Amino acid sequence: MSASVARAEAVRRPAAAPAAASGAWASRLGLALYLLFLAVPIYWLVNMSLKTNFEISSGMTLWPREPTLDNYRRIFTDSSWYSGYINSLTYVALNTVISLLAALPAAYAFSRYRFLGDKHLFFWLLSNRMAPPAVFALPFFQLYSAVGLFDTPLAVALAHCVFNIPLAVWILEGFMSGVPREIDETAAIDGYSFPHFFMKIFMPLIAGGVGVAGFFCFMFSWVELLLARTLTTVDAKPIAATMTRTVSAAGMDWGLLAAAGTLTIIPGAVVIWFVRNHIARGFALGRV
Amino acid sequence: MKPHSNRAWLLVLPVVALVAFSGVIPMMMVVNYSVQDTFGNNEFFWNGLGWFRELLDPSTEFGGRFLDALWRSLLFSAICLAIQIPLGIAVALTMPRRGLALAFCLVAMALPLLIPWNVVGTIWQVFVRGDIGLLGHALNRLGLAFNYTQVPLHAWITIIAMDVWHWTSLVALLCYAGLRAIPDAYYQAARIDGASSWAVFRSIQLPKLRRVLTIAVLLRFMDSFMIYTEPFVVTGGGPGNATTFLSIDLVKIALGQFDLGKAAAMSIVYNLIILTLCWVFFATTTRGDADAAR
Repeated sequence: MSASVARAEAVRRPAAAPAAASGAWASRLGLALYLLFLAVPIYWLVNMSLKTNFEISSGMTLWPREPTLDNYRRIFTDSSWYSGYINSLTYVALNTVISLLAALPAAYAFSRYRFLGDKHLFFWLLSNRMAPPAVFALPFFQLYSAVGLFDTPLAVALAHCVFNIPLAVWILEGFMSGVPREIDETAAIDGYSFPHFFMKIFMPLIAGGVGVAGFFCFMFSWVELLLARTLTTVDAKPIAATMTRTVSAAGMDWGLLAAAGTLTIIPGAVVIWFVRNHIARGFALGRV
Repeated sequence: MKPHSNRAWLLVLPVVALVAFSGVIPMMMVVNYSVQDTFGNNEFFWNGLGWFRELLDPSTEFGGRFLDALWRSLLFSAICLAIQIPLGIAVALTMPRRGLALAFCLVAMALPLLIPWNVVGTIWQVFVRGDIGLLGHALNRLGLAFNYTQVPLHAWITIIAMDVWHWTSLVALLCYAGLRAIPDAYYQAARIDGASSWAVFRSIQLPKLRRVLTIAVLLRFMDSFMIYTEPFVVTGGGPGNATTFLSIDLVKIALGQFDLGKAAAMSIVYNLIILTLCWVFFATTTRGDADAAR
């Protein structure tokens, strides 16, 4: 317990909000316990990835007695493993680009104009976010087979557009509505053409929103597996699906599974580090 | 007031085209299947509303199965919301306001949100297993016969703990964003009035959190109601059918048994339930608050 108290000290600084002095300690301890609760399962996975299978199955050890990188070495030297990472990152990047390129003009239209059926269209878009991926699994398989996209990263990228585009439009609309319309009008009077205005003046003003929308597209495309697995077999198989390979006749290869899992956490951690200052507002989807 | 211009449709067109391709066409295929029956060989014949009638009649095997899965999903969503929303608010209130501690907090809390969902399942599987998992092993050492593969209650506890671990941070981050938007003047006024911290929470912070909480509840309800991958990895829907939620059952019927008509009818009803519940919630929370409608 003393470790978590020490951690509370490190984590917590005097808050601007008024907090009773006696309650402050309790809340620091609570936060520390929450962070500990978040950290322990991840620690256990990383810990397991550094052990040999013999050590994993022969008893409980709180840290690896003989740390080994063998599990990671196997992943990085076997192309059927590391190509999974490349596939995943390819369709995630494709999806983020497609979603943002399509959502930017649409969000601009929603934030700046009234037009026939605008409200209905907006809610229809959002309703796609509410469709369970399980519903789409079967028709997607047939649709993408029919158009010859099956087992390509593009198929997964397009499939993920169903939930990412509505979200991107929603976020960007929130950020764009925060930019006063007078700016558009002034630019038009100053003789800027629309594309010129959009790229040179408007985009820098909503750069934070674009980052946040991109972050969310990355996030939901990276974590989704049901559709990604349904739409791929060999060539575009995501890493998260490759992980199921660790079940073999000789039983579970826990160390390898843990190493593969640990590696899937890293891209997310890197992305979070870059956007950490915008996370809080971003999670409120630009609406605070 | 925004100017009226139907030419704005041109700007929306790419989005409509993409979502139509990835959302509307598949949905139409589902509708198409839902009114047909097949004996294989790609030969379909008209079944009208037969599947829907069977689905919504709890006395049939299919209808009973659907109703059971529906109750499990609703119960799961209700428990998740009941734990995650208060816990998320509490965490947001205790978060540091600036500096390195804040950055650390944000990164640590956002991390579970960016782990692929089947890896979340894997993490919890290797965490709660009795033989190699830290938690499962510790519980067994304490004399509790914890076994999530045999005891339905233990499976439920495991999955709910996993979902709390996975998603509470989303609620907390949303609330944190909401709290940051409250001007300092409110707190100063409260201090002058000698308000207790409970009073500050009750009459300043909570009302100001209303809009982000609406987003949080909607997102959490949708995603917990649609949950598939995580419980599938951990329990596979078992023991028995104890954790077979709607999504899991749907995939079993669609891709396991290849019962296209049944799966399609179930898909449509499932989707309509989500839409209805979200709409009712949204309409009731934003009533008289037209500005928040968008």
